[in-house]
Amino acid sequence: MTMRWFRKHLLTFAAMITLTILLVPNLVVAIYSFNKPDGRFNYRLTKFSLDAWLHPCGTPGICQSLGLSLRIGITASIAATILGTMIAFALGRHRFHGRSATNLLIFMPMATPEVVMGSSLLALFLNIGMSTGRTAILIAHIMFCLSFVVVAVKARVATLDPRLEEAAADLGSTPVSTFLRITLPLAAPGIAAGALLAFSLSFDDYIITNFNASPDSITFPMYVWGAAQRGTPVQINVIGTIMFLVSVLVVVGGQLIATRRARAAAAG
Amino acid sequence: MATGGMTEDLRLVGISKQFETFTAVHPMDLEVPGGSFFALLGPSGCGKTTTLRMVAGLEEPTGGRILIGEKDITSTKAYQRNVNTVFQSYALFPHMTILDNVAFGLKRRGVKGANAAAQEALDLVQLSQVAGKKPAQLSGGMQQRVALARAIVNRPDVLLLDEPLGALDLKLRRQMQIELKRIQSEVGLTFIHVTHDQEEAMTMADSIAVMNGGRIEQLADPATLYERPASTFVANFLGQSNLLQARINGFGADGVALAQTHGQDVLVAGDNVPDGIQDVWIGVRPEKLRLGEAGRNRLDGVVTDASFTGVATQYLIRMPWGFEVMLVQQNDGSARAQVGENVVVSWDPGHEFVLDQHQAGDAGVGLGDD
Repeated sequence: MTMRWFRKHLLTFAAMITLTILLVPNLVVAIYSFNKPDGRFNYRLTKFSLDAWLHPCGTPGICQSLGLSLRIGITASIAATILGTMIAFALGRHRFHGRSATNLLIFMPMATPEVVMGSSLLALFLNIGMSTGRTAILIAHIMFCLSFVVVAVKARVATLDPRLEEAAADLGSTPVSTFLRITLPLAAPGIAAGALLAFSLSFDDYIITNFNASPDSITFPMYVWGAAQRGTPVQINVIGTIMFLVSVLVVVGGQLIATRRARAAAAG
Repeated sequence: MATGGMTEDLRLVGISKQFETFTAVHPMDLEVPGGSFFALLGPSGCGKTTTLRMVAGLEEPTGGRILIGEKDITSTKAYQRNVNTVFQSYALFPHMTILDNVAFGLKRRGVKGANAAAQEALDLVQLSQVAGKKPAQLSGGMQQRVALARAIVNRPDVLLLDEPLGALDLKLRRQMQIELKRIQSEVGLTFIHVTHDQEEAMTMADSIAVMNGGRIEQLADPATLYERPASTFVANFLGQSNLLQARINGFGADGVALAQTHGQDVLVAGDNVPDGIQDVWIGVRPEKLRLGEAGRNRLDGVVTDASFTGVATQYLIRMPWGFEVMLVQQNDGSARAQVGENVVVSWDPGHEFVLDQHQAGDAGVGLGDD
């Protein structure tokens, strides 16, 4: 009896264990954001406090680094999304010379170890006489985000029915209007997925960024790493918790919209 | 909806399409009178869809010209032509409501009152109640009608239908055939219907161009196509034909020609015999053949198969030289023959068609059945 009950719910148990393993680190981060450590390191719970939540920028440099990471993340994901979408359409829709070579080159950054990519980018920038810093970081981020956008958008483009564009042209829609009204809206989920992926990759990249950074371009991951050498301010936990909550919100929100659409479609 | 004046003729002059390795459409001329229901009929790969796509502007012709009235539209793009298509896959825009789908063409052309006109077009196909829904929420038959409304609402010079009923089941297809015919006479537009279904083409079209291998085999009204096919392909593709190998031996006084098929003398109407040809196929449709000696031409045979279908009985009767003719006997109370019975098959002169024997007798056999 108990055995059968156990078997029946085996999948639930497995899912719950997996979820726990995945979520415990985030939970620890959240709990320690309410701590008031007695040393420089925030490794032992000592006293409950809202100090860090009330003054998230209370540690020098932390909010500047966060701002820089957000700026680089947003700029890099916008640039990578625009370029990546265009590449994805070119690869998915047209036959041209060097198409398979382009396909291969697009996948390279995803397969290359970050250490290799970071160091070779640094070598490139120094060789062409460009100084490291924000611009170098931005270029590097656009480059490695591009591949992921291309992959996400290309998958969506492959599912688009080219006959819809023919139908639009048949109904008197100019190529530009067809792209804006038919192609782009239908490819939007892939483009959005690519953009979100690009942002999160850029936002939390440490290795490549570290190779190409200068003292005045400390991104948030670099700040956290640097701080961890000397002592971890509680504000890191606060910002970490906020980041986690924002991503959960985005995912849950997306799911809600998707289910509502599916339900509306099924209601027909 | 406002009517756009007189509907003009569509003319294809020497139009052709060459793809890299094969010729889809050989240079051909075609004239479709304005306001008519025209069908392009043929097996898959015969070039009918390519022809349609060239008219729509979705395929660029290799040679020739396309004219609507006196206007040459050959070099215009699809979006510049006042021609609309109902696609086989419907190609409704999945992210738009039904109303937005139907109003799409009018809005692109900057027509005022697009939504009201779209609503009217939906009324015409009896779907006004689903205007706010998305295509995925509709059944195949409904989507088909939306696709039709989306094309008709623009009042095109020519409306192209690319196997529009192909994806529907038989019952719905019959219903839609009647519906399409009704809508066509109601709106008075030129319809060009591409299909491989000979029954569909015969039921709906005023005239039919039968295509084969990138060429038009014959262009005529349905009755002429059936009674006087111009080639063995047309004879076999449209319905069933019994083709008898024969030789014309001379002409009699009463307008009949004397022919001999496999040693048997038969008479054919002299008018049916093409000029200057001696070796011919004599074609007789199964329903023109009679069991018994009612007709003047008589052949002996043995019944090898009989299948009763309710309204009729279909027989296969083997001739002494081995050929099996098909005979359809209406269920009109006359005696039925048994398998193995010796029977006389007869028909009257004039009920046949006569074709040049240089063509293969089995061209187009079995292609019309899919």
